[in-house]
Amino acid sequence: MSELTKKINLILKVWRQKGPKDVGSFKEYEAKGVSTDASFLEMLDAVNEELISKGDDPIAFDHDCREGICGSCGFMIDGEAHGPQKSTTVCQLHMRAFKEGDVLTLEPWRASAFPIIKDLMADRSAMDRIIMAGGYISANTGGARDANSILISKNDADQAFNAATCIGCGACVASCKNAAAMLFTAAKVSHLALLPQGQIERKTRAERMVAQMDAEGFGACTSTGSCSASCPKDISLVNIAQMNREFLKAKVFKEDQVDVGGGF
Amino acid sequence: MSKILDGKIPDGSIDKKWTDHKFKMKLVNPANKRKHSVIVVGTGLAGASAAASLGELGYRVKAFCVHESPRRAHSVAAQGGINAAKNYQNDGDSVYRLFYDTVKGGDFRAREANVHRLAEISVNIIDQAVASGVPLARDYGGLLDNRSFGGAQVSRTFYARGQTGQQLLLGAYSSMMRQVDLGNVQLNYRREMLDLVIVDGRARGIIVRNLLTGEIEAHEADVVILASGGYSNVFYLSTNAMACAVTAAWKAHKKGAYFANPCYTQIHPTCIPVHGENQSKLTLMSESLRNDGRVWVPKLKDDKRHPSDIPDAERDYYLERVYPSFGNLAPRDVASRQAKYRCDEGRGVGESGKAVYLDFRDAIGRLGESKISERYGNLFQMYEKITGENPYKQPMRIYPAPHYTMGGLWVDYNLESNIPGLFVAGEANFSDHGANRLGASALMQGLGDGYFVLPYTVGNYIANTKLEKVEKTHDEFKRAQETVKSEITKLMNIRGNRTVESFHKELGHIMWEYCGMGRNEAGLKRALELIPKLREEFWQNVRVPGESNYLNPELEKAGRVADFLELGELMCRDALERKESCGGHFREEYQEDGEAKRDDENFSHVAAWEWTGANSPPVRHKEELKFENVKLATRSYK
Repeated sequence: MSELTKKINLILKVWRQKGPKDVGSFKEYEAKGVSTDASFLEMLDAVNEELISKGDDPIAFDHDCREGICGSCGFMIDGEAHGPQKSTTVCQLHMRAFKEGDVLTLEPWRASAFPIIKDLMADRSAMDRIIMAGGYISANTGGARDANSILISKNDADQAFNAATCIGCGACVASCKNAAAMLFTAAKVSHLALLPQGQIERKTRAERMVAQMDAEGFGACTSTGSCSASCPKDISLVNIAQMNREFLKAKVFKEDQVDVGGGF
Repeated sequence: MSKILDGKIPDGSIDKKWTDHKFKMKLVNPANKRKHSVIVVGTGLAGASAAASLGELGYRVKAFCVHESPRRAHSVAAQGGINAAKNYQNDGDSVYRLFYDTVKGGDFRAREANVHRLAEISVNIIDQAVASGVPLARDYGGLLDNRSFGGAQVSRTFYARGQTGQQLLLGAYSSMMRQVDLGNVQLNYRREMLDLVIVDGRARGIIVRNLLTGEIEAHEADVVILASGGYSNVFYLSTNAMACAVTAAWKAHKKGAYFANPCYTQIHPTCIPVHGENQSKLTLMSESLRNDGRVWVPKLKDDKRHPSDIPDAERDYYLERVYPSFGNLAPRDVASRQAKYRCDEGRGVGESGKAVYLDFRDAIGRLGESKISERYGNLFQMYEKITGENPYKQPMRIYPAPHYTMGGLWVDYNLESNIPGLFVAGEANFSDHGANRLGASALMQGLGDGYFVLPYTVGNYIANTKLEKVEKTHDEFKRAQETVKSEITKLMNIRGNRTVESFHKELGHIMWEYCGMGRNEAGLKRALELIPKLREEFWQNVRVPGESNYLNPELEKAGRVADFLELGELMCRDALERKESCGGHFREEYQEDGEAKRDDENFSHVAAWEWTGANSPPVRHKEELKFENVKLATRSYK
């Protein structure tokens, strides 16, 4: 316990919606005697325990690992994806970021490609379908050569890793005024484009993933940068530039033409 | 009647068993593979790699996960790394040494043949991961980098900063999604397995609840693979994710699958200590931190000074003192017990006195802050977010917490349970880690089972078995569906006064107190009185709000806690019967200088429990363990 532990009281205005087809509305709840050492979701757990005891329906929200890595959790707190703390998922947001008497508005991700399931939960399966459309390297089990026979410069490996740390939470979409999934898609395109193993399918990957992104109804990018600013894993906007390059190259060079590399 | 089980270990020398066995297996002709279907429950490392590999071979795979996306399975949270006997560091590693370390690390309670196979395929796992684009750490020459982990004196752990599990899982997930795209794998998300269907003595399907609509669905197949993870959440507070449960494995157990060594649980030494009553889970700080962090407590009791005010001469670096050859890299069970001893002596730190220091001062002095940040940046950041303290400036406070379960469904060498056609992979089975798992071995086992074992053994089963077509309208499916529905109705209709959470917490307290880091006869007997009482109260007084035909997280939890309330009892029973200490199972009556004292004469066996009904005691079967290569010896890390 840190030395500054204290108890605070908050008012929550929470979006309640029974199911995908029901009409939702904001309802107000009190969160009393919240320890500043508790996480935001632990605060909601306590509110839910009280709701259940009173015979009410608890607030539904997605969550699982509570370590900021599975990407399950995420909702808007006062209009900010995952709340006010930078580089932090809502499960890792702790109540010491708030003060006595705060009034907080909690809403689900809002995007037409993310239909609401219940309360603060949205359906993000569109992101799986984007990965399905080429977000992989076609390497059947069994045929791999020795891992050290592929040399990868530390810089490339580190950059690919940085892009690959995306947890697929959807905060980028929720923060974007166009509800674009550019940062999510770009992170995967860059991760694989930066690695030697990813070269063979580089063009089709960029084309197919972008097409799927459009088909899912995500919006276009107007480069405001709000996606990256809200990303709990600090995925850089540079990835979007990389994806645009990949996409353009794929369109210019046909499949059977050799890409001389680096040109754009 | 108690039976002696046959692990079906192939003949021959230890290094030839798997190769010979693979050659002797029957094959399924490529054109026939698409006529066969396989259900895979769980999409973590084991499940996703199995689904991808079986899909690539041409089988029709149906994958199931409780999450909204397979990428969220809890393997994603593994931090430190994955072992492989590559010997890239030229420091004397080999397949045999990895095998030896793992058998010894498991305190001689694992099957030698399984462990050797695991060590053999460890090298292929790294190749496969890299081929599928997993960005493992590289050094400046572009070669793969390694770090050290507990219980080993070589550097054989591959890693991706502190997010190795995430990167490996995303690799296996993307390979599986490719098979979904190709139509070989059908993905069913937000589905929870609530029963196993057995037809003519063989596993032929599962019953699942669609978590979004509450619909109870039946799915049939020729083979069922469970890769549904471990059961550490029986302790309520653990490093597992909130949805981790024993439910899928437990339902199979109640349909006849034996549950092996349930008392083998791993309490991980380095977790962020408990902060208060409302805490919902514990967070691990990777074992890899012990590469550079030094563990200590003050020499004086109740020393309330700030750690930086305590001079070196007044610090007890107890792991370095007690285990000079392994030092801070002593295995997990050993390091956890030592932390408990220091706190029991009154030398624990922090407000609760239930913590020890993990100090990076010397490593930062030697290597600089930037090097430490490169190695462990995300872990340091996570620590600061949770505790509000900066570990670059003051030592971390850590304490042991439930993390992994070595026990699980009994399987033979082919990873097949005693129910024909039911295979079990990853943490859900019991087979490779004995009584204690070494760090960075869980990722290895999960991927090994899925990529390189099941694709062979499942094929062999299909090739050797005449499988009649089974329809979902078969009586066994209907009966299982009805049982699941009536159980749900029963839970919904109790309308009692206590929340599911309160029962789970109380069970967790009982398990931690009596079946945690230290166990003894009196305590276990006490737990065996308390748990049935709590279970009885649960079924009379639990309150599940909402409706069963909508999304209802409380109903999901209630079902999982109901299963934990049965499993907890079996764990205590198993711990009581195993009158020895080994690895993570520490019976206080059996020790020598604070170290676990095994009884090889009477307990060199696997205990596999058979469910005999809610009102009759389970039967304990045995599988004898033979050590023909690694000589039985008292484990020493001194």
